[in-house]
Amino acid sequence: MSVTIAMSLNLKALSCPMPVIKTAKAMKGLLPGQLLEVFATDPGSVPDFKAWAQATGNRLVESSEAGGVFRFILKKKEF
Amino acid sequence: MSVNTLEQPQTAEPKPATIDKLTIFAWSGELDKIWPTLILATAGAAMGKETTVFFTFWGLFPLVKNEVRITGENWMQKMLSMMNRGGDEHLKLSKMNFAGAGPAMMEHLAKEHHVASPHELMDMAKEMGVHLIPCQMTMDLMGLKREDLIDGLEEPAGATKALADAQGGMTLFI
Repeated sequence: MSVTIAMSLNLKALSCPMPVIKTAKAMKGLLPGQLLEVFATDPGSVPDFKAWAQATGNRLVESSEAGGVFRFILKKKEF
Repeated sequence: MSVNTLEQPQTAEPKPATIDKLTIFAWSGELDKIWPTLILATAGAAMGKETTVFFTFWGLFPLVKNEVRITGENWMQKMLSMMNRGGDEHLKLSKMNFAGAGPAMMEHLAKEHHVASPHELMDMAKEMGVHLIPCQMTMDLMGLKREDLIDGLEEPAGATKALADAQGGMTLFI
């Protein structure tokens, strides 16, 4: 079974706090359990997304980097 | 003889979870203070915190509409607005202001690094439901009227309302 990504956000070049803010807004439109993929280039977004996931209860499924681009996959929390 | 006790019987029910709150007291009006205030407020809202910014003293001036020039009723209040122009496009740096060259350079750098401006962050804060509350007493003191201030603010309030909102949450004084 392949994992389906419900939405993908390109937040490259944006600086703190915009990647997290735009992600939080996009997450509101998702259903519980759906996946959101985020691309960012701000190195500060690595600890920020980890903290945001912990604070909100959404799950950070993946946090990776390739060629200076960070990729995050977040799973919207179940009720 | 029986003694009435006010103590409530112990119940197994857990206490209601405390609301996750962030209250920022925005006392400073400089660019380099109002900027982190708005960054933290929007980040707090993004984390699902019930976020309030209480603007008081110098912190009120960034809320003045950019096109409003002279505010106040008497010469002292008018002089204050002359010397300390309000509006988020006229903010000074707390150090290295260099008669406005500092903020201009800072804004240039921010654009280069794709950092959202205080103006954009203020709009974002409103959109995210951050409670933006001007302090009534300092508005009166500084001669700022509700119509001098930007739209999207909540009703001006006092210290008690600010502290009541802050109760049990995280507080910052900037």
